[in-house]
Amino acid sequence: MTPDQAQHAIEEAVARVAPDADLAGLAPDADLRDGLELDSLDFLRFVEILTERTGRQITEDDYPHLATLASTVKFLTGG
Amino acid sequence: MPALGADMDEGTVLEWLVKPGDEVHKGDVIAVIDTAKAAIDAESFSAGTIGQLLVDVGQTVPVGTVLAMITEPAARKAAPQPPAVPAELPRQPAPPEREPEYVPVAPARPAPPISPLIRKRAHELGVDLAGLRGSGRGGALTRADVERTAARRGPADAGARSKATPRARRVAAELGVDLAGVSGTGPGGSVREADVRRAGPAAPARESVPAREPAPAALAARSGAERARSMRQAIARLMARSKREIPHYYVSGTVDMMSALNWMHERNRELAVSERLVPAALLLKAAALAARRVPGVNGYWVDDRFRPAEAVHLGLAISLRGGGLLTPAIHDADGLPLAELMSGMRDLVIRARAGRLRGSELTDATITVTNLGDQGVESVFGVIYPPQVALVGFGKVTERPVAVAGLIGVRPVVVTTLAADHRASDGYTGARYLTALSDLLQKPEDLL
Repeated sequence: MTPDQAQHAIEEAVARVAPDADLAGLAPDADLRDGLELDSLDFLRFVEILTERTGRQITEDDYPHLATLASTVKFLTGG
Repeated sequence: MPALGADMDEGTVLEWLVKPGDEVHKGDVIAVIDTAKAAIDAESFSAGTIGQLLVDVGQTVPVGTVLAMITEPAARKAAPQPPAVPAELPRQPAPPEREPEYVPVAPARPAPPISPLIRKRAHELGVDLAGLRGSGRGGALTRADVERTAARRGPADAGARSKATPRARRVAAELGVDLAGVSGTGPGGSVREADVRRAGPAAPARESVPAREPAPAALAARSGAERARSMRQAIARLMARSKREIPHYYVSGTVDMMSALNWMHERNRELAVSERLVPAALLLKAAALAARRVPGVNGYWVDDRFRPAEAVHLGLAISLRGGGLLTPAIHDADGLPLAELMSGMRDLVIRARAGRLRGSELTDATITVTNLGDQGVESVFGVIYPPQVALVGFGKVTERPVAVAGLIGVRPVVVTTLAADHRASDGYTGARYLTALSDLLQKPEDLL
């Protein structure tokens, strides 16, 4: 998966979970959950959509990798 | 016009989902009602045939106004003039009265009571309990009886009536999908939006407009700003009443979450994302079970006395993205398997934010929980929702140094609080409640 594809998958997931959230206005290294005001259920849905879109298995132990936009892209591109 | 919440005094009919001549069952959604807080799916409290719709779409009427006439089926042969009953019923519906001659097989002894859990299951599967004979002790109905009946009835019968959520109907209309041909996956085989989308033509171009999960309430009669204002006013009225009338007392405790979280993470490891639990699910289940153990905090203060509730319907404070909050209930939360409680909670949050709640969900709560853990606060001391008598608060699960068996270790802990009505109970009861809550969370496998 390319960084562009990863970015696209994240954008779609955010748009579906929190339609009003402003992902574009968020710095790449800002905390996703805080910045977008995702609660634990929102975050679970976010992970679920990412899994659907990318086919990547995401366990709970991987959650720390999904802390920021940059780290999530890195994680999804296999980094 | 039913009172869809303690703070409601009028409502607007946004949509009729039935027409004269339609047959309805108890619990069927018959109309969408706009209240100060949200558009609510209003349910029928009785079974029968819709006679006349008395209030037009767009009309605003006070609580208590008769919306429609429903002819009860039991009266069809006996009475030449079928008595019509109003579709609107009081907030606490009395058990349906039944005349003796219509009891199919009159038992020598009164039939054993049917547990709320079984009623709920029957409702989900669309099974009519009236004609069922139980296989349990003393002829009591069991969950298995209900499920067997539902399975026997088969899909043909289930599909005879096309039940669909309002949202599903709307999406079906947009996509030009015939609901009759869609098989539902919702409660009682009702058709949900996802079912319609599956059955319908390929979803329209996603790139341009991403499909939004909580869709804007297309039917809502109020604009966003108007809604925000009326919601604020409704909350203001109810909370002011609470603080004016209810002498609150507060207790708090700190609960060690180590075993609960370890157990949860272990369990989640083997599960697909959609089936994973979040800590809130464990907290809610424990809160419901503790209310069962300490019934003095579960119920209503009405007419100068405390009326304990028989069931535990757990109200959940859900903040809305545009501001404000709703507190719909998870019915019989103490008896729900953890996985079902978890999916019930997810479903409730999505529907609360999409403006698709059912009337009974907004009126039935017997105790309410507020969980501000995700917002990072340590503890929350809430304001009770009248006429309820207690509100449970959960803060954020944080790692703290804790002394265990003479040693200091770092453990995840959560601060639990209880705001309770001093008219209904004393601090001792509140303390027992929080202790029960803590005990329950130490044996997570019992929460399943």
